[in-house]
Amino acid sequence: MGKNKPAASRADRAVEALLRVAGLSTIGMVVLIFVFLLQQGLPVFFRVPLRDFLGTRWYPTEGYYGALPLILGSLLVTVVAVVVAVPLGICTAVFVRELAPGWVRELLKPAIEVLAGIPSVVLGFLGMTVIAPWVRTTLGAPTGLTALTGAVILAYMALPTIISVAEDALDAVPKSLRDASLAMGATRWQTIWKVTVPAARSGIVTAIMLGMGRAIGETMAVMMVTGNAARMPLTADSLFRPVRTITATIAAEMGEVANGSTHYQALFALGILLFLVTFLINLTAASAIFAKRRQGGLR
Amino acid sequence: MSRQAIQRLGFAVLTIVAVLVVAPIFLVVAVVVFRGLQGISWEFLTAMPRDGMKAGGIFPAIVGTLLLTSGTALVAVPMGLGGAIYLSEYAHDNWLTRAVRLALVNLAGIPSIVYGLFGLGLFVLFLRLGTSVVAGSLTLAMMTIPVIISTAEEALRAVPTEFRTVNLSLGGSRWQGIRRIVLPQALPGITTGIILGLLRAAGETAPILFTVAAFYMPQLPRSPLDQTMALPYHLYVISTQVPNMPGTIQYGTALVLLALVLSMNILASVIRTYFRRRRQW
Repeated sequence: MGKNKPAASRADRAVEALLRVAGLSTIGMVVLIFVFLLQQGLPVFFRVPLRDFLGTRWYPTEGYYGALPLILGSLLVTVVAVVVAVPLGICTAVFVRELAPGWVRELLKPAIEVLAGIPSVVLGFLGMTVIAPWVRTTLGAPTGLTALTGAVILAYMALPTIISVAEDALDAVPKSLRDASLAMGATRWQTIWKVTVPAARSGIVTAIMLGMGRAIGETMAVMMVTGNAARMPLTADSLFRPVRTITATIAAEMGEVANGSTHYQALFALGILLFLVTFLINLTAASAIFAKRRQGGLR
Repeated sequence: MSRQAIQRLGFAVLTIVAVLVVAPIFLVVAVVVFRGLQGISWEFLTAMPRDGMKAGGIFPAIVGTLLLTSGTALVAVPMGLGGAIYLSEYAHDNWLTRAVRLALVNLAGIPSIVYGLFGLGLFVLFLRLGTSVVAGSLTLAMMTIPVIISTAEEALRAVPTEFRTVNLSLGGSRWQGIRRIVLPQALPGITTGIILGLLRAAGETAPILFTVAAFYMPQLPRSPLDQTMALPYHLYVISTQVPNMPGTIQYGTALVLLALVLSMNILASVIRTYFRRRRQW
């Protein structure tokens, strides 16, 4: 909008001020959340030295606050989920955008939106009652509540994000690029993987990052299906054993701790860690979008 | 293998992958609907829970979720809409606006359990609201505002610039143009965004764990400062915390929650397609 506005009345200026407050409040919210987490969580390091906080035993009732098993647990589940979800998500996005006839696309897109809307507690519940027994009998694991079960559910929860963002990225690739490739005699298959997907690269990276952010922060479904044993997932069979994530630890323990206790502060410290990790992931994802926008490549 | 054969094989693989991805979605909905229907009755929807939640209904959980969602809307809709109008109609392209966009991206990415921690620290403890409907609604509103801002801004930006310039050239003030022309034109898109944001809030469990949720409370909240049961938390409780829970009650609760969320989803897409067809620009 230009600056050649007619003399604004007092009411107009008041409205503009109110709207500006609403818009700028988002910055305030991020700062408030971060400062609050810091203020509640950082004091734990006066009581538990950083070296102990990175220890390998998490038994808060006995004074052990080693968060390493939880960090590795989150990492294991997230990495496996991303490894499963990324190829599936990108292939589905390519299918929807490049291959599917109109009516199939009209069927798939709402279905994927439905998946995005299913509450995580419902998926966790089905994971417990349907997938876990299946994992137990098929893999012979002592319990079906394993890191693998959690990773499979997380992969499904990350898929809608990956598919929709990747599809937008493919959609933004100019038709002229595809036409040029086809005119040179390339097949549609070659065009997809040698021209279209590479041209949408930055958007696809964003899709992967956002999917990863989704997976690492997911709480309820993971807590319900991973069995919640705070052990170091270092052995080869860790994928088929119970594991415990950062998010599940906070959710399971925060309800029972005394306000201001060491345990309370340690859980907030875990919250700081989650905040920082997702902040970095989203910053990376966003900088890919912003960089593209400056080049004028996106639309 | 010829290039055409590779292409045929590749396309077949892509199709199989897409089916593998989408089929479980239908399966999930089908399982919940078929098993859940056995647990649904008039009593289940309208009675208080009895016998440690193993009998009776889930009425307080349904009411609790509706209350929380309304409370969230009360805060998140004006804030989100205001922020969207500011970004689309007033903000200049400067560092401050870029900071707002960065904040939005990051708010959307903060894990729901971190919102829960924050809500506990700020609303429940610091502001002394206690575990209450107010504290829970405010926490859910915090995570809904960025969703509403992003979708509503997109809807506002889709309205052609000419609509605004014509208003200004006819002597209307900027706010008159927004209120009388831009907002009504963008309303379907905005409504869709609001519904999608609230749908997410209605299904969330982690943010309400420590801010509202009552484990077992066979009565309705009497004031906004009371605790309440809520559907997602109730499903969590009866599937993990109570031994020997009848499956009909678990699946029945899952179905009610899923039906609530899916009906909002369908409403949003109906509004979107209906108005997209009628749009004249």
